[in-house]
Amino acid sequence: MNAPHGGATAAPAAAAPSFYLTKEHHPENGTLLGFWLYLMSDCLVFACLFACYGVLGRNYAAGPSGADLFELPLVALNTALLLFSSITYGFAMLEMQRQRKGAVLMWLFITGLFGAGFLGIELYEFAHLIHEGAGPQRSAFLSSFFTLVGTHGLHVTFGIVWLITLMVQVGKHGLIPANRRRLMCLSMFWHFLDVVWIGVFTFVYLMGVLP
Amino acid sequence: MSEHHHDPHDPHGDHHHDGDEMHATFKGYMTGFILSVILTAIPFWVVMAKVFDKSSTTAIVILAFAAVQIVVHMVYFLHMDAKSQGGWNMLALIFTLVLVVITLTGSLWVMYHLDHNMMPGMMPHEMRIKP
Repeated sequence: MNAPHGGATAAPAAAAPSFYLTKEHHPENGTLLGFWLYLMSDCLVFACLFACYGVLGRNYAAGPSGADLFELPLVALNTALLLFSSITYGFAMLEMQRQRKGAVLMWLFITGLFGAGFLGIELYEFAHLIHEGAGPQRSAFLSSFFTLVGTHGLHVTFGIVWLITLMVQVGKHGLIPANRRRLMCLSMFWHFLDVVWIGVFTFVYLMGVLP
Repeated sequence: MSEHHHDPHDPHGDHHHDGDEMHATFKGYMTGFILSVILTAIPFWVVMAKVFDKSSTTAIVILAFAAVQIVVHMVYFLHMDAKSQGGWNMLALIFTLVLVVITLTGSLWVMYHLDHNMMPGMMPHEMRIKP
C-alpha cells in the first residue's frame, strides 16, 4: 500500500530493540516442542484405548479369555525386538552426532528390521487369533484388545514408513540440519512407541493371563 | 562445511542447537537399555513362574515395574528433564499425565460401580418380584 512509509518505519523499529522480545521470540527448537505436544496428544488417544480395555477387558461373552489365548513367550520375544530397536535407534542418533552418514544408515536399517520383525510377529498373532475364531467380533474383550494393540501396531507401521523415507532422504541429501531435525522427531516417536508397549505388555498381556 | 561456518551467526541454524539439546551419550543409552531389560525380565518372570499366589499382588508388582520402566525410558531414551525446551516439555508431560490419570481411574471407577449397581437382582422391578 504505502511501501515508502513502511520502509521508513522499519529502520527505526530495528534500531529500537526494546520492541522485540529477543528471548521469547526464538525458542531453542520449536519443532521438537511441537512434536512433543503431538506425542502427548497421541498419549491421550492411547489412554482412552487403555481405559476402554480396562473396562471391557474381562467381558468374555462366554468366549476365550486372555489366559486361553495369549502366548507369553511370543510376547516376550516381541518386547525384546522393540527394545532392541530402541537401542539401535539410539546408536543411529549417536552416529548422527558424529556426522557419520554410513553408520546412521546402517543402524536405521537394523532398527527397521527389528520393527518389521515386531510387526510380523504381531500380524502372525492376530491371524492366529482370528483363525481360532477369536476375532475382534467375538467379545468385548477381544474388540478392545484388537483396537488397542492394533492401534499400536499401526503406529509402528507408520514409524517404519517414516524410517524408510528418512533413510532415502539421508542417503540423498546427507545429514543436513533438516534431516537431523527429522531424525530427532522420529527418535522421539520411536521411543514413545516403546513406552506405550510397556503399558500394553503389562496391562494387556501379563495382567490378562492372571487367574 | 558451510553450515559449520554460518552456525554462530545464524540464529535459525538448527544444527548448533541440536547438539546442545540432545545430550545423547553411549553410556546413557546403554544404562537405559540394561535397566529396561532388567525391568522387563522381572515382570515376565513373576507372571510366568507364578511367583505370587494372589493375582492382585502380582498385578500391583508388575504395574510398579512398568511405571519405573516408563520413567527409565523417559529419562534415558526420550532425554526428559526439567530444563529441555525451557521446561515446556515437562509442563506438557505433567498436564498429559493428569489427564491420563483422570481418564483411566475415572473410567474404571465409574464403570466398576455401574456394573456393581446393575447386578441381576438389583433392578427395581426385580427387587419387587424376588423377595
